[in-house]
Amino acid sequence: MIRVSGRRVALFGGVYSNHLALEATLADAAAAGADEAICLGDLGAFGPRPDRACEIVRRAGIPVVQGNYDHSIGHGLPDCRCGYTDPRDNRYAALSYRYTFAHTDPAHRAWLRDLPPAIRLSLDGREALLCHGSPRRANEFLWESATSDAFLGWLLDETGSHALCVSHTGLPWTRELPGRRRALNVGAIGRPANDGDPSVVYAILSAAESEALDVEWRRVAYDHAALAAEMREEGLPGEFAETIETGWWTTCLEVLPQKERARGRY
Amino acid sequence: MALEHSEPRLRSHPAPDAAPVLEPGHLDALWLQVTGTLCNLRCGHCFISCAPDNRAFGLLSLEEVARRLEEGARLGVREYYVTGGEPFLHPRIVEILERALQHGPTTVLTNGTLLKPGPVEALAAAAERSSWSLEFRLSIDGHDAATNDALRGAGTFRRAMDGLELLLSHGFLPIVTLVRTGDADEEPEVFERVVAMLRARGCEKPRVKTMPALRIGAEAVRSGGYAADERVTAGMLAGYDLDQLVCSHARVVTDRGIWVCPILLDAPDGNLGDDLGVAARAPFALSHAACHTCWLYGAICANPGGAAPEMAVEAVAEVVP
Repeated sequence: MIRVSGRRVALFGGVYSNHLALEATLADAAAAGADEAICLGDLGAFGPRPDRACEIVRRAGIPVVQGNYDHSIGHGLPDCRCGYTDPRDNRYAALSYRYTFAHTDPAHRAWLRDLPPAIRLSLDGREALLCHGSPRRANEFLWESATSDAFLGWLLDETGSHALCVSHTGLPWTRELPGRRRALNVGAIGRPANDGDPSVVYAILSAAESEALDVEWRRVAYDHAALAAEMREEGLPGEFAETIETGWWTTCLEVLPQKERARGRY
Repeated sequence: MALEHSEPRLRSHPAPDAAPVLEPGHLDALWLQVTGTLCNLRCGHCFISCAPDNRAFGLLSLEEVARRLEEGARLGVREYYVTGGEPFLHPRIVEILERALQHGPTTVLTNGTLLKPGPVEALAAAAERSSWSLEFRLSIDGHDAATNDALRGAGTFRRAMDGLELLLSHGFLPIVTLVRTGDADEEPEVFERVVAMLRARGCEKPRVKTMPALRIGAEAVRSGGYAADERVTAGMLAGYDLDQLVCSHARVVTDRGIWVCPILLDAPDGNLGDDLGVAARAPFALSHAACHTCWLYGAICANPGGAAPEMAVEAVAEVVP
């Protein structure tokens, strides 16, 4: 198990090849005084030129937890293992996956294949477990409205952690649990949070004197119009570019629970 | 990682020719059979033959539901499913769902024909108050009355659509659930027809789940049931993702005790006693014909997105750009 320690740590996930949002996020984290930045997986998918995000993260030496997309691309699996059954979602997922696979350098694929499934983060003696989906599997969705406190408590008990930090769903949320513990989904920086705002979200986790580990949400505006233009140049679906421009998800909606689906436009 | 010991596994040395025995993983989903086998409809494909006069399983009291929810929470249950029979035949269904929503995400499986404005309004308020989603799974079997009513009974399509529109008007986005009883080649077309029908009825965010037919109960009479060799063998489970089997992460509360899964209510060995903690860990022999359907399709009872597919590394395939 890889271990990282810090006092104020930026946690972001779901880069989805959005290299412009990634650069803006890292700049914001540095400006906000984060002493570490850690990626919770899924470097590729959805966006243009996946090698760019890989290069930025590798050059900066940022620790990365393996996401389901990283795992699939790394191992050459036939799809992203998100588990869609809706034919429309499957069509877009296949377009995105094939593009990403074809445009990821074999050296980056090998690197993605060997990423660790989890990282333990120590913040002033408080232990946070970082993974992509859940501690059980990288492609398990932990949605805010579909995950009971009892289940989160069980995951924390079983892994001996004070905090559990995940991504995978693309929607940020956090919940305090008994015993000064916390569950945190950092959302995604690769696409907006399905709230009509094109900016993206990540979290800074820090130790607090008397409470559960402290979460500071950071919203990052970036040149989303430039990214959308690049996606169109690359021949990616117009629906993907629309999400980047409007802040509303247009695809891969089938897996959203009632509450999360009701908040979006589609 | 740290959770390997809570993953489902197979008993290591099954006797030759015996059905493989599954030791379940963590109890993720607790099902509550609140109206037993009592239903206002008598569908031709019901795998537990629910009907107005089927009292094989009876109603769960609100007190029993509350007790089981508390037990489920102590065991770390992730989500609750409320089913029957038809749950809206239960006189205290609103209170049952309100109570479940205090513990976690809750899904109710209904035929939609008994939904009334008062209870739906109360449930919309309860869902708004809760941190968790209240999901409605609404069962129909076709995009029009002709196809649906042939299986579910005369007039049921119109009444289910009234229920659908009532749910939509209160902000719910029901997951319309269809059993695949027709030709497999026509499935994409059936799916598209249902989506188009839902859009035409004002559903801007159509959600559709299709399920394989389970050829037991009434469906066995209708379709002829299973062949003798449609059984799960140890060989079929080599390299198989056991998380896809419903019984690897679920149990069902009935008025006659805890059952292994929502499908095998008519199987005597499906009864795992009265103690949920014990039943949640009880091994089960995958000896039933319906286990074959569960094995073949996987995750047949979960909501969409509820059971992630395997992330195997063995089967490296060609990705064609």
